[in-house]
Amino acid sequence: MPMEIEIQSSIKSYLEKTTEAASLAVFRILFGLLMCVSMIRFWYHGWIEKLYLVPSFHFHYSGFDWVTVPGDWTYLLFVIAGLSALFVALGLKYRIAIVLFFLSFTYIELMDKTTYLNHYYFVSVVSFMLIFLPAHVDYSIDANRNPALRSSIIPRWSVDCLKLMLGIVYFYAGLAKLNTDWLVNALPLSIWLPSKADIPLIGGLMHERWLHYLFSWSGAIYDLSIPFLLLWSRTRVPAFIAVVLFHVMTRILFPIGMFPWIMIASTIIFFSAEAHRKLLSYLPFFKACDEDYNPTIKAPSLFTRAGVYIIGLVMFVQLVFPFRHLLHGNNIYWTEQGYRFSWRVMLMEKTAYANFKIVDSKTDKTFYVQNNDFLNSFQEKQMSTQPDMILEYAQHLGNHFASQGHKNIEVYVESYASLNGRVSQPYISPEVNLLEVSYSELCANHIIPLKIPLENNQEGND
Amino acid sequence: MSLLRTIALLISVSILILISSCGRDNDMTDGEAFDRKAMLTDWADDIIIPAYASYVDELDLLETQMSAFVAAPDETSLENLRSQFIESYLAWQSVAIYDIGRAEEIGLRNFTNIYPTDTTSIQAQIASQDYNLELPSSFVTQGFPAIDFLLHGLSSDDSVTLDILSQQEYLTYLTDVVTRMQTLGTEVYMDWTDGFRTEFIDNDGSSATASVDKLVNDFLFYYERFLRAGKVGIPAGVFSGSPISNSVEAPYSGIYSKQLFEADFKSTRDFFEGRSFDQSTNGISLRDYLEFIRDQNESVDIAEIIINQWQQVDAALPNVGDDFRQQVIEDNNQMLALYDELQEAVIPLKVDMLQALNIQIDFVDADGD
Repeated sequence: MPMEIEIQSSIKSYLEKTTEAASLAVFRILFGLLMCVSMIRFWYHGWIEKLYLVPSFHFHYSGFDWVTVPGDWTYLLFVIAGLSALFVALGLKYRIAIVLFFLSFTYIELMDKTTYLNHYYFVSVVSFMLIFLPAHVDYSIDANRNPALRSSIIPRWSVDCLKLMLGIVYFYAGLAKLNTDWLVNALPLSIWLPSKADIPLIGGLMHERWLHYLFSWSGAIYDLSIPFLLLWSRTRVPAFIAVVLFHVMTRILFPIGMFPWIMIASTIIFFSAEAHRKLLSYLPFFKACDEDYNPTIKAPSLFTRAGVYIIGLVMFVQLVFPFRHLLHGNNIYWTEQGYRFSWRVMLMEKTAYANFKIVDSKTDKTFYVQNNDFLNSFQEKQMSTQPDMILEYAQHLGNHFASQGHKNIEVYVESYASLNGRVSQPYISPEVNLLEVSYSELCANHIIPLKIPLENNQEGND
Repeated sequence: MSLLRTIALLISVSILILISSCGRDNDMTDGEAFDRKAMLTDWADDIIIPAYASYVDELDLLETQMSAFVAAPDETSLENLRSQFIESYLAWQSVAIYDIGRAEEIGLRNFTNIYPTDTTSIQAQIASQDYNLELPSSFVTQGFPAIDFLLHGLSSDDSVTLDILSQQEYLTYLTDVVTRMQTLGTEVYMDWTDGFRTEFIDNDGSSATASVDKLVNDFLFYYERFLRAGKVGIPAGVFSGSPISNSVEAPYSGIYSKQLFEADFKSTRDFFEGRSFDQSTNGISLRDYLEFIRDQNESVDIAEIIINQWQQVDAALPNVGDDFRQQVIEDNNQMLALYDELQEAVIPLKVDMLQALNIQIDFVDADGD
């Protein structure tokens, strides 16, 4: 099978290709610093307390019910994440630091589904990848101390995998925008933009229809094309300018926290090794090693060899996982089944209202729940738009009232939702006892179909 | 080549843009964008500040009647105090929604109208003369509900009421409760006229901390929690399965609960439709904002849905009596029917309006993506 051999040998020769260590070093330093700032910022705003310590109930990811908020120890989690991020930036005890960062950060994100953001997920994935990448072999305290570790070159795949990851984020975000609401109706931007009339210079244009279309279309084109424009050296500088402008613009328009800065910092990795070296030459802390220092990569350790497979697996999962909604064919915008972890960023506007009814099936005695007895307004908002959270909350209510001595409990929800400016309509069937359905049954059979459909490139059925 | 220079340039440009975007004023808005500042101005000048002025006036009158009663407790002064009590309580319904600025900082609503009041604690505090009305634990022992109890709940016989109330420790407690309400109400009013008005109007952006977003959140929270649930739903047993007659507003005076509800409901609608406090003008309102968005996007008339639904509330109102406590005991179905109509409006308010106006949840200024 010469074909197979050819592929094998070309993979082998690709894996042997090298590039300069500077690219990964810049990525490591910026990533570590931004993460450290993120942790401090989160603490500074009082969000640890507000989002994790005060609420009595938290929403869990399926399979991660064991992740609970550890009370005041939550602060320690943030200290660990912040310090380890700083150690990552410095390249001090790098492997331990990045493992600690990945674990603490991911644990924090798993504590409550309410706070899910694509960019937190991005951070988790990238920090997991960094565990297996030689990001500390130069421009790091580790390398300064340990000449045996030090190297000016690294395997090329270890830089390429990050480019691919970024490419996936952008390209998939762009694919998701190819739906009728986004392209034909300029939704949800025509909902979001008119309220931004107070921003400088263009605030007065924010209610103009043409601007909504301009932003929608240029956003989609940007997302789909930017990975390629960054890859090609001739378009790289203008593409990077576009990256900066795009993300600064989104930062001005929307409350999206650190995400723009993380993306801007990350896309620097598309620049040439020479540019990275030059950038690092301005750093006072590390003496860069000579260009040909330790130019041959040492025989790869077991860890590095395993790393190739693990990174390969991560890339495969990243390529495939965002399409998992195709398996069940429900409308992803409406049911949100498969919506998370698939780079659907700033894609739709959904508001909803969920009113829970507790029924004693024997006596028919009925009462309603005041959601703010159990949830804060942020949790309530997130819960009412997402069926998996509605279900988890309903089960929590069932347990709560059972523990109060209520018998024969059934839990129903009267819920209404509005997607992208459509008039609100009933959402989950009010007839279904939520204590007796699984999540997949709920999505498949008990979500009332969207009355005014939203057509999608990826699925014909609505 | 010039990666560094490019980055440096871009970063400085971004910082400049960011800084200028944090700057307050911007006169670039042309006539066609919805003028949030004008709406905020109308809210402040025509609705909120006059409502507070009237509330403070009524509190001053309450204080006067109370002093007269303390000086000479008799049937006439008790009657005067009682009738001023309801006037002040009604005036409160016009400001209760606006939990913003100083009112939010000092927790005006918590210290003014948390009910049911805790009569056991009130009696204990009066007996011991040992209490601190500034503690959160004392929310349920002060404000209008406590006065309602003191003036109407001590006995069904007025002469007995007078005997009890004339005791020095009762008079002291009554004085403390009234003066505290007067102090707090005046503090909030002064703050509005003193500079908060400008701050409120200038904060005309769109974010979780902007005035429009905050006040709309307050408005919806108030509607759901205090008007719908507090005044009607909880007494009717919507959240418990059976009626709780003692949890109506002003249960001891009894006959005022419907009147208080109507006053509150009216303030709610006036705010939504921009009707000025003195009823003389119609300013820019949420209704106008929704109609503006409707015209822009050629979408459904959400304001009309809301207004029509409130007419259903009007239609249900004649079926309930003046005394809600009596009503839930005698014919709770009418209360439940009233509740259902109020509830029905929550959906267009909380789902459609919030989305159309792109209002952020003000609970936490957290990130989105």
